[in-house]
Amino acid sequence: METTVHQFPPYREAEVHHGHDEHGQHEDIGFLRSYVFSTDHKVIGIQYGLTALCFMLFGFFLMILMRWQIAHPGLPVPFIGPLLEKALGQPAAKGVISPDLYNSLGAMHGTIMVFLGIVPLAFAAFGNYVVPLMIGAVDMTFPRVNMASYQAYFIGGLVMLVSFFIPGGAAQAGWTSYSPLATSVPTHGQLFWIIGMVFLISSSLLGAVNFIATIIQLRAPGMTWMRLPWFVWAQFVTAFILLLAFPPLEAAAVMQLMDNVAHTSFFLPTGLAVGGQLANISGGGSPLLWQHLFWFLGHPEVYVLILPAMGIVCEILANNTRKPIWGYKSLVYAVLAIGFLSFIVWAHHMYLTGMGTKISTFFQATTMIISIPSVIILTCFFMSLWGGSIRFNTPMLFALAFLPMFGIGGLTGLPLGFNVSDVHLHDTYYIIAHFHYVVAPGTIFALFAGVYFWYPKMTGRFMNEFWGRVHFWGSLVFMNVVFMPMFVQGMAGMLRRMSDGGANYSAAVNSRAGADVIGGLSENIMAMHTPILWGAMCLGLVQIPFIINVFWSIKHGEQVKNDNPWDATTLDWQTPTPPPHGNFTRAIKVYRGPYEYSVPGHAADFTPQNEPPDGLPAPAISIAH
Amino acid sequence: MDIPYTVQPRPDIGLYNAKLGIWLFLASEVMLFGGLFSAYVLLRVGAAPGYWPHGWLDVRFGTLNTILLALSAITTLLAWVACKVGQFKKFKFFHACTLLLALSFLGVKMYEYHDKWIHYEIKLADGTFADGHLVETSADFDLARKTGTVTLHGRIVNDETLLYDLRSQKNIELKEVTVAAADIKQMQNYGPWHNTFLAIYFTLTGLHALHIIGGSIVIGYLWGPGSKLWQKDPERFTNRIEVSGLFWHFVDLVWIFLFPVLYLT
Repeated sequence: METTVHQFPPYREAEVHHGHDEHGQHEDIGFLRSYVFSTDHKVIGIQYGLTALCFMLFGFFLMILMRWQIAHPGLPVPFIGPLLEKALGQPAAKGVISPDLYNSLGAMHGTIMVFLGIVPLAFAAFGNYVVPLMIGAVDMTFPRVNMASYQAYFIGGLVMLVSFFIPGGAAQAGWTSYSPLATSVPTHGQLFWIIGMVFLISSSLLGAVNFIATIIQLRAPGMTWMRLPWFVWAQFVTAFILLLAFPPLEAAAVMQLMDNVAHTSFFLPTGLAVGGQLANISGGGSPLLWQHLFWFLGHPEVYVLILPAMGIVCEILANNTRKPIWGYKSLVYAVLAIGFLSFIVWAHHMYLTGMGTKISTFFQATTMIISIPSVIILTCFFMSLWGGSIRFNTPMLFALAFLPMFGIGGLTGLPLGFNVSDVHLHDTYYIIAHFHYVVAPGTIFALFAGVYFWYPKMTGRFMNEFWGRVHFWGSLVFMNVVFMPMFVQGMAGMLRRMSDGGANYSAAVNSRAGADVIGGLSENIMAMHTPILWGAMCLGLVQIPFIINVFWSIKHGEQVKNDNPWDATTLDWQTPTPPPHGNFTRAIKVYRGPYEYSVPGHAADFTPQNEPPDGLPAPAISIAH
Repeated sequence: MDIPYTVQPRPDIGLYNAKLGIWLFLASEVMLFGGLFSAYVLLRVGAAPGYWPHGWLDVRFGTLNTILLALSAITTLLAWVACKVGQFKKFKFFHACTLLLALSFLGVKMYEYHDKWIHYEIKLADGTFADGHLVETSADFDLARKTGTVTLHGRIVNDETLLYDLRSQKNIELKEVTVAAADIKQMQNYGPWHNTFLAIYFTLTGLHALHIIGGSIVIGYLWGPGSKLWQKDPERFTNRIEVSGLFWHFVDLVWIFLFPVLYLT
């Protein structure tokens, strides 16, 4: 890659500066405190990132097991079947995934991907590593709270994993854990789930407080609100959503814990029968209450998944189109609007619960309204491409693919937002395809883009470009092979959560009333299971180059020629590589907006935020604090 | 490496880091208790007619606890003011008062819990209901084998809803009632499993009590070993008192909502 070396001069002098070791990276604090119990936001960010990637791989593996069972119901899982039986016992007898185990896999796939994979990677990992650098801060506001946040996350993850090995296996009531089902399953899996969630909620609470406080308090001089890179805005709004939306779920988790342990009836209605017998409970509770409290988190959570991803895409687009992002202010106001509106759309997940048509109408209206700021953001991104001299490197490819993939996910959500069409589509594979398009080829692509983009800052080396492209094209093709057929299956009426992929359901209906009866699933629809399974397997295969690439490039990747290898404007690139403890080797002052690319009359095609205007002296090299 | 604004406020924001942090934390706490209060509303609205209790909790104890917490809010504020004007001994005195008030609150709460724990409702085979505080059970009392008797200080009613609305009945006569185990269909104390009111009552006040305990630990630490910081960095110490005080005021405020919602309705 070609690099422009005619950057602003003071920075080059400051780059290799070993003058202040007392607050540099040379402090000898031992391995444990440097890498395991570190309070440095960059180390914590990497810890979060690696842990979250491992969990994502694990969640992906659970999904492969489920897809096998769907495509080949009742057949033992090849190769790892005996292993499963050994590890999990009865639920995987003879290597076959029992319906109970299938339910566990489904519940844990959702839980792990959302709460242990994407959120920690998108929010905690990238946020931790990048946000303090971007705003010119030395660290997060509360470094020890930051460490505690990671530890709580780690413990929560362990609790979730351990639950697979208890008698009866992990939680079986879906990632939404609807009561009374969640309380009626006669195993302790749900108890582990709740306790794990309490840790994860505490973790994200600590993280959210820290992020907001950092962005408000530790912005460098001159870094006004409208000079913040949009990524920081996205993380800021995400943090507020986590701060305010998660506690009601914690309240709900406490109540479900009481239902489980103290035999209360918060979510258990009068006359509840379990296993054909009247349950020995006081009754009087409300199952809808759980759903309200869950989705009060659950829907804002969708924006927790997507906003940081959009932020990453925004930075990469601006950097690789070499022009300012189009409509910066619209982006800022749009993300604020999304943050606010995300709190008043939750009940569109509950149209079919019988909560009443008036309530449904209200939530249908707000749901349509929230699509406006989302479209504003996507439009701004597309407009930013207009007339740019685009550099097609791996991060940019992933960022570009994010746009149509997220677009598909977003637009297919509209029929789900209208409560009339939702009656047909609710709980089918259509909705699975819809939200996976948002999160999998959407958010995860953006996260890949982020990994490729900031990798040189973290390690001083690029990831391999060729294998990056293999990873990209493979992922793009197979993501669509996996998820596109699900739209068709869903519209044909295939329901989610059937452990045999609908085989029994189809057979029962067809044999009674003829093959073309409405409601039965045709051969063609059922036959799509096989290509989806193979697509998913191949999707797994093309991740292997990525995994190898991440580790191989640490030592063998192409070295960066300077500290700003992408010629970026934001402050995260105006640091040494990798940034030392304390981040900056000189005082940072910000003079301009975040996306000053290709400014007419300027020598370089980018102007870093901390480059002083002509005629002003650069700030002194020493650090004030 | 030093993080700025740990003690002095950031000029354009007007807050130091920990103060902003605690306000954000309290915002999330509002949502936590908000979730539980909204659960209260839904459960109450959804209760079968006549089966939402009125007057089950003793207003006198509730009032006493309200006064205790209100006083502790005042002493917390005075403790902070004492730090501000540099009078360490006064700080020690006021925060000792805060701690004592907090412990008294917990004591009263424990008594109230105990009172519910020994309160039984017994469904009798003849369709009536015995209800009252446990006095004694006979030595051979065994529900499963239906031997022995149980004695309550309470009453027997024909209509179960009479047990729920205590407020509209005047001069309820309580006496010792002895019931044979053979006549008992179901016997249950007033624990959280008894009905949704007690469930939300125990959950809300339990969670609030956990906050009181957590706050007491922090205040106790700052009063005891943590107060050494006063010698080294009085300004920072004063900030800590302010931040923990903000938390304490929030916990008081939650009680100000709990008291009418649970005791007065």
